[in-house]
Amino acid sequence: MGGFLTQLLHVALMLAAAPLLVGVVRWLKSRLLGRRGAHPMQPWRDLLKLLRKRPVLADGASLISRAAPYLALGATLLAAALVPSFAFGMALAPMADLLLIGGLLALARVALALNGHDAGTPFGGLGAAREMTFAVFAEPALLVCVMVFAVLIGSTNLNAIGHGLADGQMGWRVSLLFALVALTAVALAENARVPVDNPATHLELTMVHEAMLLEASGRHLALWEMQAALKLLVWLGLLAALFLPFGTAAPGSGPFAWVLGLLLWVAKIGLLALALAVFESAIAKMRVLRVPEFLGAALMLALLAAALIFVSTGLA
Amino acid sequence: MGFGDTSYDVAHVLGGAMLLISFVLLYQRRIFSLVNALALQGMVLALAALWQGYVQGAPQLYLTALIAFTAKGVLIPIYLRRLVLQLPPARRAEPASGIGASMIAGFLLVGLSILVVLPATAGARVLAREDLAIALSLVLLGLLMMVTRRTALAQIAGLMTLENGLVLAAIGVAGMPLMIELSTAGLVLVIAVIAGVFVRVLHERFDSLDTSLLDPHRGEGP
Repeated sequence: MGGFLTQLLHVALMLAAAPLLVGVVRWLKSRLLGRRGAHPMQPWRDLLKLLRKRPVLADGASLISRAAPYLALGATLLAAALVPSFAFGMALAPMADLLLIGGLLALARVALALNGHDAGTPFGGLGAAREMTFAVFAEPALLVCVMVFAVLIGSTNLNAIGHGLADGQMGWRVSLLFALVALTAVALAENARVPVDNPATHLELTMVHEAMLLEASGRHLALWEMQAALKLLVWLGLLAALFLPFGTAAPGSGPFAWVLGLLLWVAKIGLLALALAVFESAIAKMRVLRVPEFLGAALMLALLAAALIFVSTGLA
Repeated sequence: MGFGDTSYDVAHVLGGAMLLISFVLLYQRRIFSLVNALALQGMVLALAALWQGYVQGAPQLYLTALIAFTAKGVLIPIYLRRLVLQLPPARRAEPASGIGASMIAGFLLVGLSILVVLPATAGARVLAREDLAIALSLVLLGLLMMVTRRTALAQIAGLMTLENGLVLAAIGVAGMPLMIELSTAGLVLVIAVIAGVFVRVLHERFDSLDTSLLDPHRGEGP
C-alpha cells in the first residue's frame, strides 16, 4: 500500500517538477549572465498555452508524426517513474533496472529521430542523423557504467544500488569517480546541453535536438517539450541516486521520512541544476565533429572504470 | 586496510583523480588548459603526499608535499604560463591530430599496466596492486604524451605527468627511503627540460643563445 502511494506521489512530483527544473536552470543561467531571466514557472505557462493549441501537421507527415510524441513521452514518463526520488520501494521498484531505463530512453530517442525524418525536411533529417551518431557513443558508455555498478553491487536495480551505496560499505572507489565523469558527459549529450548542443538556440547549423522538432507545433510541441524536461529530470535524478545516495526514505517508512527524503532530493537536484547552469555559462559549445571525440572519451573512461573495478574486486 | 577504510579510500581516490587528470591532459589541445590541468595534478599529488604522511606518520612526506605544491602546483605552472604568453595565439593550440587514437592508446596502456602489475605483485594486497597499477599508468601516459605531442610545452606536460606517477608510486609505499631526494631529483630533471625549452624559444627568436639580446626588451642596456 505504501509502495503504491509513494509511486503515485513520485509520478505527480516528476510531472510537476520537470518543467519547473527547466525554468530554474534557465533562470539560473540568465542570472549568471547578468540578465533578469524569465520566471521559473515560464516553461509551465508555455506548456499550458501550447496544450490548448491545435497541432499543424506538414503535408508529407504520416502517422509517425502523430504517434511519436505520445510514444516518446510515455517511454520517458515510465523511465521517470522508475528512478527513485524521495523513497525507495515504490510499487514499480522491482522493475527499476538501469538497463530498462536506458532502453526506455533509447526508445524515446528513436521516436524523436523518426519524428525528425517524418516530415521530410532536411533539417529534421540532419538533426536525427546527428542524434544517432552521438548515441553510438553515448549508449555504450551508459551500458559500461551500468556494468561497473553491477560488478560493484551485484545488481542493476536502482533500489539495490542505492541501498548498497548508502551503506557506506563500498567506500570511495576510483571506478565510481570515472563512472561519474562518464555518466555526466553522457547526460549532457542525451539532454542536448551545452558542449554538445545549445538548448537556447535555433541556429540551424549547430542544433541537434531542436532540429528534429522544427515541424512540431501545438499540442505535439507541448508533449515534446515535456518529454525533454522529463528526460533532464530523469538524468539528474539518476546522477543523484547513483552518486549522492543518502537521505532517501527506506521502503515502508512513514510520511516523516518521505518529507525528509523529499527535502534532500530537492536540495540534490537544485545542486545539480546549479552545477549545470554554471557549467553551461562557463564553456562554449563544441563543433559537431568534435562531439564523437568527447563522447568517445566518455566511453573510454567508462571502460577504464570497468577495468579498474575488475582489478579491485579481484576478478581479473 | 580494506574498502570502507577511510585512510585507504582517500589515497585511492586521490590516485584516481590524478589518473583522470592525465586523461584530461591527453585530451586537451589548448596549451593554457594543459598548464592548468598540470597545476591541478601537482596539487592533487601534494594532497596525496600530505595524506600519506598523515596516515603513515611519516613527517618527511610533508616536505615532499610542500615541494610538490610549491614547485608543481604553483611555480612551474606560472612559469609555463609566461612561456605560453610569448607564443602567438595561433600557436597556443596543438594542431588537431589523432586525439581519439591517443585516447585509445592511453586506455590500452592502462590495461597494459594492470596486466603487468598483477602478476608482478602476486601475493600483495589487492588494493596495493591497484594503486601501483594507477601509478604505472601515470608514467606510461606521460610517456605516451611525450611521444604523440608535437609542441615542446605539451611534451613538458608529459614529462611532468611521468614524474608525478613516479612520486605517487613512491609515497604509497610505507617506509620508502630517500623519498625527498627522489622527488627533488625528479623536479630538477623537469626544470632542466623547461630550461632547455626556454633556450630553444630564445634560439628561435634571436638565432642566438646570447641572453644579452634580451636586455633591450627589459629596458636595460643599449
